Amino acid sequence: MAHQNCLITNDWICGAYVRTRSQELTDATLQHIGITLASVAIGLLVAFPLALVARRWKVVAGPVLGATTVLYTVPSLAMFSLLVPVFGLSAAVVVTGLVLYSLTVLVRNILAGLAAVPEETREAARGMGYGPVRLLFGVELPLALPAVMAGLRITTVSTVSLTTVGAIIGYGGLGNLLYDGMRSYFKAQVLTASVLCVALAVLADLALLLVQRLLTPWTRTRRRAGKRGRVVVEKAVAA
Amino acid sequence: MGVIERTWDWLTTGAHWSGTDGVWHRLGEHLFLTAVCLLISCAIALPVAVLLGHVGKGGALAVNISNVGRAVPTFAVLVLLLLSPLGTHGSWPTVIALVLFAIPPLLTNAYVGMREVDRDMIEAARGMGMTGGQVIARVELPLAFPLIVTGVRSAAVQVVATTTLAALAGGGGLGRIITAGFRLTDTAQVVSGALLVAGLALLVEGAFVLLQRLLDPMRRPRPKAAAAPGTAPA
Repeated sequence: MAHQNCLITNDWICGAYVRTRSQELTDATLQHIGITLASVAIGLLVAFPLALVARRWKVVAGPVLGATTVLYTVPSLAMFSLLVPVFGLSAAVVVTGLVLYSLTVLVRNILAGLAAVPEETREAARGMGYGPVRLLFGVELPLALPAVMAGLRITTVSTVSLTTVGAIIGYGGLGNLLYDGMRSYFKAQVLTASVLCVALAVLADLALLLVQRLLTPWTRTRRRAGKRGRVVVEKAVAA
Repeated sequence: MGVIERTWDWLTTGAHWSGTDGVWHRLGEHLFLTAVCLLISCAIALPVAVLLGHVGKGGALAVNISNVGRAVPTFAVLVLLLLSPLGTHGSWPTVIALVLFAIPPLLTNAYVGMREVDRDMIEAARGMGMTGGQVIARVELPLAFPLIVTGVRSAAVQVVATTTLAALAGGGGLGRIITAGFRLTDTAQVVSGALLVAGLALLVEGAFVLLQRLLDPMRRPRPKAAAAPGTAPA
Protein backbone atom coordinates (compact mmCIF):
# COMPACT_ATOMS: atom_id res chain seq x y z
CA MET A 1 0.00 0.00 0.00
CA ALA A 2 2.77 2.40 -0.93
CA HIS A 3 0.33 4.84 -2.54
CA GLN A 4 -1.60 5.21 0.72
CA ASN A 5 1.55 6.10 2.56
CA CYS A 6 2.17 9.43 0.88
CA LEU A 7 -1.23 10.66 2.09
CA ILE A 8 -0.36 9.67 5.64
CA THR A 9 3.20 10.99 5.59
CA ASN A 10 1.95 14.20 3.94
CA ASP A 11 4.43 14.23 1.04
CA TRP A 12 4.58 17.11 -1.43
CA ILE A 13 4.15 14.81 -4.40
CA CYS A 14 1.44 12.21 -4.01
CA GLY A 15 -0.06 10.17 -6.84
CA ALA A 16 -2.71 8.78 -4.53
CA TYR A 17 -3.98 12.30 -3.88
CA VAL A 18 -4.41 13.01 -7.58
CA ARG A 19 -6.14 9.65 -8.08
CA THR A 20 -8.52 9.74 -5.13
CA ARG A 21 -9.41 13.43 -5.39
CA SER A 22 -9.52 13.72 -9.17
CA GLN A 23 -13.15 14.88 -9.08
CA GLU A 24 -12.31 17.73 -6.71
CA LEU A 25 -9.33 18.73 -8.84
CA THR A 26 -11.41 18.67 -12.03
CA ASP A 27 -14.15 20.79 -10.46
CA ALA A 28 -11.66 23.35 -9.18
CA THR A 29 -9.87 23.51 -12.53
CA LEU A 30 -13.17 23.94 -14.39
CA GLN A 31 -14.22 26.73 -12.02
CA HIS A 32 -10.83 28.36 -12.55
CA ILE A 33 -11.14 28.16 -16.34
CA GLY A 34 -14.73 29.40 -16.22
CA ILE A 35 -13.88 32.46 -14.10
CA THR A 36 -10.84 33.27 -16.25
CA LEU A 37 -12.74 32.90 -19.54
CA ALA A 38 -15.68 34.98 -18.33
CA SER A 39 -13.38 37.72 -16.99
CA VAL A 40 -11.23 37.99 -20.10
CA ALA A 41 -14.25 37.84 -22.44
CA ILE A 42 -16.17 40.53 -20.55
CA GLY A 43 -12.95 42.55 -20.19
CA LEU A 44 -12.50 42.52 -23.96
CA LEU A 45 -16.16 43.42 -24.55
CA VAL A 46 -15.84 46.42 -22.21
CA ALA A 47 -12.35 47.49 -23.25
CA PHE A 48 -13.06 47.62 -26.98
CA PRO A 49 -15.81 50.28 -26.92
CA LEU A 50 -13.88 52.15 -24.20
CA ALA A 51 -10.82 52.27 -26.44
CA LEU A 52 -12.92 53.41 -29.41
CA VAL A 53 -14.51 56.18 -27.34
CA ALA A 54 -11.11 57.22 -25.98
CA ARG A 55 -9.73 57.36 -29.51
CA ARG A 56 -12.67 59.34 -30.87
CA TRP A 57 -12.79 61.94 -28.08
CA LYS A 58 -9.43 63.02 -26.68
CA VAL A 59 -11.21 64.51 -23.64
CA VAL A 60 -12.33 61.04 -22.59
CA ALA A 61 -8.96 59.36 -23.16
CA GLY A 62 -7.23 60.91 -20.12
CA PRO A 63 -9.90 60.01 -17.54
CA VAL A 64 -10.40 56.50 -18.98
CA LEU A 65 -6.68 55.69 -18.92
CA GLY A 66 -6.28 57.33 -15.51
CA ALA A 67 -9.20 55.49 -13.96
CA THR A 68 -8.13 52.08 -15.24
CA THR A 69 -4.57 52.70 -14.01
CA VAL A 70 -5.83 53.64 -10.55
CA LEU A 71 -7.96 50.46 -10.44
CA TYR A 72 -4.85 48.46 -11.37
CA THR A 73 -3.13 49.72 -8.22
CA VAL A 74 -5.78 48.38 -5.85
CA PRO A 75 -4.65 45.06 -4.29
CA SER A 76 -6.79 42.11 -5.32
CA LEU A 77 -7.87 41.19 -1.79
CA ALA A 78 -9.20 44.73 -1.32
CA MET A 79 -10.78 44.80 -4.77
CA PHE A 80 -12.72 41.58 -4.16
CA SER A 81 -13.67 42.65 -0.63
CA LEU A 82 -15.02 45.99 -1.83
CA LEU A 83 -17.24 44.22 -4.35
CA VAL A 84 -18.73 41.81 -1.79
CA PRO A 85 -21.40 44.25 -0.57
CA VAL A 86 -22.43 44.83 -4.20
CA PHE A 87 -22.72 41.22 -5.39
CA GLY A 88 -22.77 39.18 -2.17
CA LEU A 89 -20.63 36.05 -1.96
CA SER A 90 -20.78 35.02 -5.63
CA ALA A 91 -18.48 34.37 -8.55
CA ALA A 92 -19.61 37.75 -9.94
CA VAL A 93 -17.38 39.45 -7.35
CA VAL A 94 -14.26 37.71 -8.64
CA VAL A 95 -15.21 38.15 -12.30
CA THR A 96 -15.94 41.86 -11.86
CA GLY A 97 -12.67 42.45 -10.03
CA LEU A 98 -10.70 40.64 -12.71
CA VAL A 99 -12.53 42.53 -15.48
CA LEU A 100 -11.58 45.83 -13.83
CA TYR A 101 -7.92 44.75 -13.75
CA SER A 102 -7.97 43.59 -17.36
CA LEU A 103 -9.15 46.99 -18.62
CA THR A 104 -5.81 48.75 -17.96
CA VAL A 105 -3.76 46.58 -20.27
CA LEU A 106 -6.50 45.89 -22.82
CA VAL A 107 -7.57 49.52 -23.39
CA ARG A 108 -3.95 50.65 -23.69
CA ASN A 109 -3.02 47.93 -26.14
CA ILE A 110 -6.11 48.37 -28.30
CA LEU A 111 -5.43 52.12 -28.44
CA ALA A 112 -1.77 51.58 -29.28
CA GLY A 113 -2.64 49.01 -31.94
CA LEU A 114 -5.17 51.30 -33.63
CA ALA A 115 -2.83 54.27 -33.42
CA ALA A 116 -0.11 52.30 -35.20
CA VAL A 117 -2.24 51.76 -38.32
CA PRO A 118 -0.58 53.85 -41.07
CA GLU A 119 -2.62 56.85 -42.18
CA GLU A 120 -1.99 55.95 -45.86
CA THR A 121 -3.65 52.58 -45.33
CA ARG A 122 -6.68 54.33 -43.91
CA GLU A 123 -6.75 56.80 -46.79
CA ALA A 124 -6.47 53.98 -49.31
CA ALA A 125 -9.38 52.11 -47.71
CA ARG A 126 -11.48 55.27 -47.69
CA GLY A 127 -10.60 55.84 -51.31
CA MET A 128 -11.86 52.36 -52.08
CA GLY A 129 -15.22 53.41 -50.61
CA TYR A 130 -14.85 51.86 -47.13
CA GLY A 131 -17.28 53.31 -44.57
CA PRO A 132 -16.13 53.92 -40.98
CA VAL A 133 -17.47 50.56 -39.72
CA ARG A 134 -15.97 48.54 -42.55
CA LEU A 135 -12.74 50.50 -42.18
CA LEU A 136 -12.60 49.60 -38.48
CA PHE A 137 -13.43 45.92 -38.75
CA GLY A 138 -11.97 45.23 -42.18
CA VAL A 139 -8.74 47.20 -42.07
CA GLU A 140 -7.82 48.80 -38.75
CA LEU A 141 -8.68 45.97 -36.39
CA PRO A 142 -6.84 43.27 -38.34
CA LEU A 143 -3.76 45.50 -38.49
CA ALA A 144 -4.05 46.23 -34.75
CA LEU A 145 -4.39 42.52 -33.95
CA PRO A 146 -0.77 41.86 -32.88
CA ALA A 147 -0.94 44.64 -30.26
CA VAL A 148 -4.42 43.58 -29.12
CA MET A 149 -3.33 39.95 -28.83
CA ALA A 150 -0.22 40.94 -26.86
CA GLY A 151 -2.49 42.71 -24.37
CA LEU A 152 -4.86 39.77 -24.31
CA ARG A 153 -2.02 37.40 -23.48
CA ILE A 154 -0.75 39.53 -20.59
CA THR A 155 -4.29 39.90 -19.28
CA THR A 156 -5.10 36.20 -19.53
CA VAL A 157 -1.93 35.05 -17.79
CA SER A 158 -2.36 37.45 -14.89
CA THR A 159 -6.09 36.68 -14.67
CA VAL A 160 -5.32 32.98 -14.28
CA SER A 161 -2.97 33.74 -11.41
CA LEU A 162 -5.23 36.34 -9.75
CA THR A 163 -8.27 34.06 -9.80
CA THR A 164 -6.67 32.14 -6.91
CA VAL A 165 -7.29 35.11 -4.58
CA GLY A 166 -11.02 34.57 -5.11
CA ALA A 167 -10.59 31.77 -2.55
CA ILE A 168 -11.26 34.42 0.12
CA ILE A 169 -14.94 34.27 -0.88
CA GLY A 170 -14.92 30.63 -2.02
CA TYR A 171 -14.74 31.28 -5.78
CA GLY A 172 -11.05 30.95 -6.47
CA GLY A 173 -10.99 27.79 -8.57
CA LEU A 174 -7.68 26.13 -7.79
CA GLY A 175 -7.17 28.85 -5.17
CA ASN A 176 -9.85 27.13 -3.06
CA LEU A 177 -7.67 24.02 -2.94
CA LEU A 178 -4.65 26.16 -1.98
CA TYR A 179 -6.65 27.75 0.82
CA ASP A 180 -7.99 24.44 2.17
CA GLY A 181 -4.57 22.84 1.83
CA MET A 182 -2.97 25.67 3.77
CA ARG A 183 -5.44 25.32 6.62
CA SER A 184 -5.16 21.54 6.86
CA TYR A 185 -1.42 21.55 6.15
CA PHE A 186 -2.04 19.24 3.16
CA LYS A 187 1.15 19.56 1.10
CA ALA A 188 0.18 17.40 -1.89
CA GLN A 189 -2.98 19.45 -2.43
CA VAL A 190 -1.11 22.77 -2.29
CA LEU A 191 1.63 21.69 -4.69
CA THR A 192 -0.77 20.01 -7.14
CA ALA A 193 -3.04 23.06 -7.24
CA SER A 194 -0.07 25.42 -7.69
CA VAL A 195 1.37 23.38 -10.53
CA LEU A 196 -2.03 23.12 -12.24
CA CYS A 197 -2.42 26.88 -11.92
CA VAL A 198 0.91 27.65 -13.59
CA ALA A 199 0.24 24.99 -16.25
CA LEU A 200 -3.12 26.63 -16.96
CA ALA A 201 -1.47 30.03 -17.42
CA VAL A 202 1.19 28.64 -19.76
CA LEU A 203 -1.38 26.66 -21.80
CA ALA A 204 -3.65 29.69 -22.12
CA ASP A 205 -0.69 31.78 -23.31
CA LEU A 206 0.28 29.18 -25.92
CA ALA A 207 -3.33 28.85 -27.08
CA LEU A 208 -3.57 32.62 -27.60
CA LEU A 209 -0.25 32.61 -29.45
CA LEU A 210 -1.70 29.96 -31.77
CA VAL A 211 -4.89 31.99 -32.27
CA GLN A 212 -2.77 35.03 -33.13
CA ARG A 213 -0.83 33.07 -35.75
CA LEU A 214 -4.07 31.77 -37.27
CA LEU A 215 -5.67 35.22 -37.28
CA THR A 216 -2.71 37.01 -38.82
CA PRO A 217 -1.66 34.76 -41.73
CA TRP A 218 -0.27 37.76 -43.61
CA THR A 219 2.59 38.23 -41.16
CA ARG A 220 3.87 34.84 -42.26
CA THR A 221 3.14 35.10 -45.98
CA ARG A 222 5.03 38.38 -46.00
CA ARG A 223 8.04 36.68 -44.45
CA ARG A 224 7.77 33.84 -46.93
CA ALA A 225 7.35 36.28 -49.80
CA GLY A 226 10.41 38.09 -48.54
CA LYS A 227 12.41 34.89 -48.68
CA ARG A 228 11.16 34.09 -52.13
CA GLY A 229 12.03 37.62 -53.17
CA ARG A 230 15.53 37.13 -51.85
CA VAL A 231 15.86 33.88 -53.78
CA VAL A 232 14.78 35.67 -56.95
CA VAL A 233 17.31 38.41 -56.29
CA GLU A 234 20.06 35.89 -55.66
CA LYS A 235 19.18 34.10 -58.92
CA ALA A 236 19.25 37.38 -60.73
CA VAL A 237 22.69 38.13 -59.29
CA ALA A 238 23.90 34.65 -60.27
CA ALA A 239 22.67 35.12 -63.80
CA MET B 1 -28.11 50.75 8.37
CA GLY B 2 -26.48 50.38 4.98
CA VAL B 3 -22.99 49.09 4.43
CA ILE B 4 -21.66 52.61 3.91
CA GLU B 5 -22.89 53.88 7.29
CA ARG B 6 -21.66 50.77 9.06
CA THR B 7 -18.26 51.10 7.39
CA TRP B 8 -18.09 54.73 8.47
CA ASP B 9 -18.95 53.66 12.01
CA TRP B 10 -16.27 50.99 11.96
CA LEU B 11 -13.63 53.41 10.71
CA THR B 12 -14.51 56.11 13.24
CA THR B 13 -14.54 53.78 16.22
CA GLY B 14 -11.33 54.43 18.14
CA ALA B 15 -11.14 50.89 19.52
CA HIS B 16 -10.63 49.50 16.02
CA TRP B 17 -7.44 51.55 15.62
CA SER B 18 -5.61 50.53 18.80
CA GLY B 19 -4.24 47.22 20.09
CA THR B 20 -2.34 44.47 18.26
CA ASP B 21 -5.28 43.82 15.91
CA GLY B 22 -5.86 47.56 15.45
CA VAL B 23 -5.34 49.56 12.30
CA TRP B 24 -2.20 51.39 13.51
CA HIS B 25 -0.41 48.18 14.45
CA ARG B 26 -1.37 46.47 11.18
CA LEU B 27 -0.38 49.55 9.19
CA GLY B 28 3.00 49.55 10.94
CA GLU B 29 3.51 45.87 10.08
CA HIS B 30 2.47 46.55 6.51
CA LEU B 31 4.84 49.47 6.05
CA PHE B 32 7.72 47.71 7.80
CA LEU B 33 7.38 44.58 5.65
CA THR B 34 7.01 46.69 2.51
CA ALA B 35 10.12 48.77 3.26
CA VAL B 36 12.32 45.82 4.24
CA CYS B 37 11.30 43.74 1.21
CA LEU B 38 11.64 46.64 -1.20
CA LEU B 39 15.14 47.36 0.07
CA ILE B 40 16.21 43.71 -0.16
CA SER B 41 14.84 43.30 -3.68
CA CYS B 42 16.41 46.57 -4.85
CA ALA B 43 19.75 45.46 -3.39
CA ILE B 44 19.48 42.19 -5.34
CA ALA B 45 17.90 43.26 -8.62
CA LEU B 46 19.25 46.72 -9.41
CA PRO B 47 23.01 45.96 -9.44
CA VAL B 48 22.39 42.86 -11.56
CA ALA B 49 20.16 44.75 -14.00
CA VAL B 50 22.54 47.72 -14.25
CA LEU B 51 25.52 45.46 -14.90
CA LEU B 52 23.65 43.32 -17.43
CA GLY B 53 22.34 46.45 -19.11
CA HIS B 54 25.83 47.98 -19.24
CA VAL B 55 27.31 44.84 -20.76
CA GLY B 56 24.26 44.39 -22.99
CA LYS B 57 23.62 40.77 -22.16
CA GLY B 58 20.72 38.94 -20.56
CA GLY B 59 17.86 40.81 -22.23
CA ALA B 60 15.92 37.59 -22.77
CA LEU B 61 16.47 36.70 -19.12
CA ALA B 62 15.08 40.03 -17.91
CA VAL B 63 11.96 39.74 -20.07
CA ASN B 64 11.37 36.08 -19.27
CA ILE B 65 11.64 36.60 -15.53
CA SER B 66 9.03 39.31 -15.84
CA ASN B 67 6.68 36.98 -17.75
CA VAL B 68 7.18 34.10 -15.33
CA GLY B 69 6.40 36.45 -12.45
CA ARG B 70 3.06 37.16 -14.05
CA ALA B 71 2.14 33.50 -14.48
CA VAL B 72 2.97 32.31 -10.96
CA PRO B 73 0.15 33.05 -8.51
CA THR B 74 1.42 35.05 -5.52
CA PHE B 75 -0.99 33.27 -3.26
CA ALA B 76 0.35 29.85 -4.32
CA VAL B 77 3.95 30.88 -3.59
CA LEU B 78 2.95 32.21 -0.19
CA VAL B 79 1.17 28.98 0.76
CA LEU B 80 3.98 26.82 -0.63
CA LEU B 81 6.56 28.72 1.41
CA LEU B 82 4.35 28.57 4.47
CA LEU B 83 4.11 24.79 4.31
CA SER B 84 7.83 24.40 3.57
CA PRO B 85 10.33 24.13 6.44
CA LEU B 86 10.62 27.94 6.27
CA GLY B 87 7.01 28.21 7.39
CA THR B 88 7.88 28.00 11.05
CA HIS B 89 10.19 31.01 10.86
CA GLY B 90 7.81 33.88 11.48
CA SER B 91 7.70 36.41 8.66
CA TRP B 92 10.30 34.73 6.45
CA PRO B 93 7.83 33.07 4.04
CA THR B 94 6.20 36.45 3.49
CA VAL B 95 9.50 38.27 3.07
CA ILE B 96 10.80 35.74 0.54
CA ALA B 97 7.56 35.75 -1.45
CA LEU B 98 7.51 39.56 -1.49
CA VAL B 99 11.13 39.78 -2.65
CA LEU B 100 10.48 37.20 -5.38
CA PHE B 101 7.58 39.22 -6.68
CA ALA B 102 9.32 42.58 -6.49
CA ILE B 103 12.36 41.48 -8.48
CA PRO B 104 10.74 41.11 -11.97
CA PRO B 105 9.59 44.73 -12.40
CA LEU B 106 12.86 46.03 -10.93
CA LEU B 107 15.03 43.86 -13.15
CA THR B 108 13.09 44.41 -16.36
CA ASN B 109 12.70 48.17 -16.05
CA ALA B 110 16.29 48.81 -14.98
CA TYR B 111 17.62 46.61 -17.78
CA VAL B 112 15.44 48.23 -20.43
CA GLY B 113 16.33 51.68 -19.08
CA MET B 114 20.06 50.95 -19.38
CA ARG B 115 19.68 49.52 -22.88
CA GLU B 116 17.63 52.43 -24.14
CA VAL B 117 20.39 54.94 -23.45
CA ASP B 118 21.52 56.41 -26.76
CA ARG B 119 24.49 54.36 -28.02
CA ASP B 120 26.10 57.49 -29.49
CA MET B 121 26.23 59.12 -26.06
CA ILE B 122 28.00 56.10 -24.60
CA GLU B 123 30.46 56.10 -27.51
CA ALA B 124 31.07 59.80 -26.91
CA ALA B 125 31.64 59.20 -23.20
CA ARG B 126 34.10 56.44 -23.98
CA GLY B 127 35.79 58.68 -26.51
CA MET B 128 36.28 61.22 -23.73
CA GLY B 129 38.22 58.54 -21.89
CA MET B 130 35.63 57.51 -19.32
CA THR B 131 36.07 54.09 -17.75
CA GLY B 132 33.25 51.55 -17.65
CA GLY B 133 32.35 52.58 -14.12
CA GLN B 134 32.29 56.25 -15.02
CA VAL B 135 30.08 55.57 -18.02
CA ILE B 136 27.62 53.77 -15.75
CA ALA B 137 27.65 56.41 -13.03
CA ARG B 138 27.70 59.58 -15.13
CA VAL B 139 25.93 58.67 -18.36
CA GLU B 140 23.86 55.52 -18.23
CA LEU B 141 22.39 55.74 -14.72
CA PRO B 142 21.19 59.35 -14.98
CA LEU B 143 19.62 58.69 -18.38
CA ALA B 144 18.06 55.40 -17.27
CA PHE B 145 16.79 56.95 -14.04
CA PRO B 146 13.14 57.49 -15.06
CA LEU B 147 12.66 53.86 -16.09
CA ILE B 148 14.51 52.55 -13.06
CA VAL B 149 12.26 54.55 -10.75
CA THR B 150 9.22 53.34 -12.69
CA GLY B 151 10.40 49.83 -11.89
CA VAL B 152 10.83 50.67 -8.21
CA ARG B 153 7.35 52.15 -8.24
CA SER B 154 5.80 49.02 -9.77
CA ALA B 155 7.72 46.91 -7.28
CA ALA B 156 6.57 49.03 -4.34
CA VAL B 157 2.92 48.80 -5.35
CA GLN B 158 3.37 45.09 -5.98
CA VAL B 159 4.86 44.60 -2.50
CA VAL B 160 2.04 46.57 -0.86
CA ALA B 161 -0.47 44.37 -2.68
CA THR B 162 1.36 41.16 -1.85
CA THR B 163 1.67 42.06 1.81
CA THR B 164 -2.12 42.19 1.77
CA LEU B 165 -2.22 38.63 0.48
CA ALA B 166 0.20 37.51 3.19
CA ALA B 167 -2.70 38.00 5.59
CA LEU B 168 -4.53 35.18 3.81
CA ALA B 169 -1.63 32.94 4.78
CA GLY B 170 -1.67 34.14 8.37
CA GLY B 171 0.96 36.87 8.04
CA GLY B 172 0.66 40.40 9.37
CA GLY B 173 -0.32 43.59 7.64
CA LEU B 174 -3.51 45.45 6.80
CA GLY B 175 -4.97 42.46 4.95
CA ARG B 176 -5.53 40.88 8.37
CA ILE B 177 -8.35 43.33 8.99
CA ILE B 178 -10.07 42.03 5.85
CA THR B 179 -9.52 38.34 6.60
CA ALA B 180 -10.60 38.80 10.22
CA GLY B 181 -13.71 40.57 8.94
CA PHE B 182 -14.53 37.61 6.74
CA ARG B 183 -14.08 35.24 9.65
CA LEU B 184 -16.43 37.34 11.80
CA THR B 185 -18.77 37.79 8.79
CA ASP B 186 -18.52 41.51 9.55
CA THR B 187 -19.02 43.20 6.17
CA ALA B 188 -18.34 46.65 7.58
CA GLN B 189 -14.92 45.53 8.79
CA VAL B 190 -14.18 43.84 5.45
CA VAL B 191 -15.04 46.99 3.52
CA SER B 192 -13.14 49.21 5.98
CA GLY B 193 -10.04 47.05 5.66
CA ALA B 194 -10.36 47.04 1.88
CA LEU B 195 -10.64 50.83 1.80
CA LEU B 196 -7.56 51.19 4.00
CA VAL B 197 -5.55 48.78 1.84
CA ALA B 198 -6.65 50.40 -1.42
CA GLY B 199 -5.91 53.84 0.05
CA LEU B 200 -2.42 52.79 1.10
CA ALA B 201 -1.65 51.33 -2.33
CA LEU B 202 -2.81 54.52 -4.04
CA LEU B 203 -0.82 56.67 -1.59
CA VAL B 204 2.35 54.69 -2.21
CA GLU B 205 1.83 54.97 -5.97
CA GLY B 206 1.19 58.69 -5.68
CA ALA B 207 4.22 59.24 -3.44
CA PHE B 208 6.48 57.53 -5.98
CA VAL B 209 5.06 59.52 -8.88
CA LEU B 210 5.88 62.67 -6.92
CA LEU B 211 9.36 61.44 -5.95
CA GLN B 212 10.04 60.55 -9.54
CA ARG B 213 9.26 64.10 -10.64
CA LEU B 214 11.36 65.68 -7.90
CA LEU B 215 14.39 63.42 -8.15
CA ASP B 216 14.83 63.07 -11.89
CA PRO B 217 18.41 64.23 -12.55
CA MET B 218 17.45 65.13 -16.11
CA ARG B 219 14.64 67.37 -14.98
CA ARG B 220 13.24 68.53 -18.28
CA PRO B 221 10.05 67.81 -20.17
CA ARG B 222 10.51 64.48 -21.88
CA PRO B 223 8.17 62.44 -24.02
CA LYS B 224 6.13 60.32 -21.67
CA ALA B 225 7.67 56.87 -21.48
CA ALA B 226 5.18 54.34 -22.77
CA ALA B 227 5.92 52.13 -19.81
CA ALA B 228 2.91 49.93 -19.32
CA PRO B 229 2.17 48.78 -15.77
CA GLY B 230 5.12 46.63 -14.80
CA THR B 231 3.53 43.53 -13.41
CA ALA B 232 0.17 42.22 -12.47
CA PRO B 233 -1.50 43.28 -9.25
CA ALA B 234 -1.48 40.74 -6.48
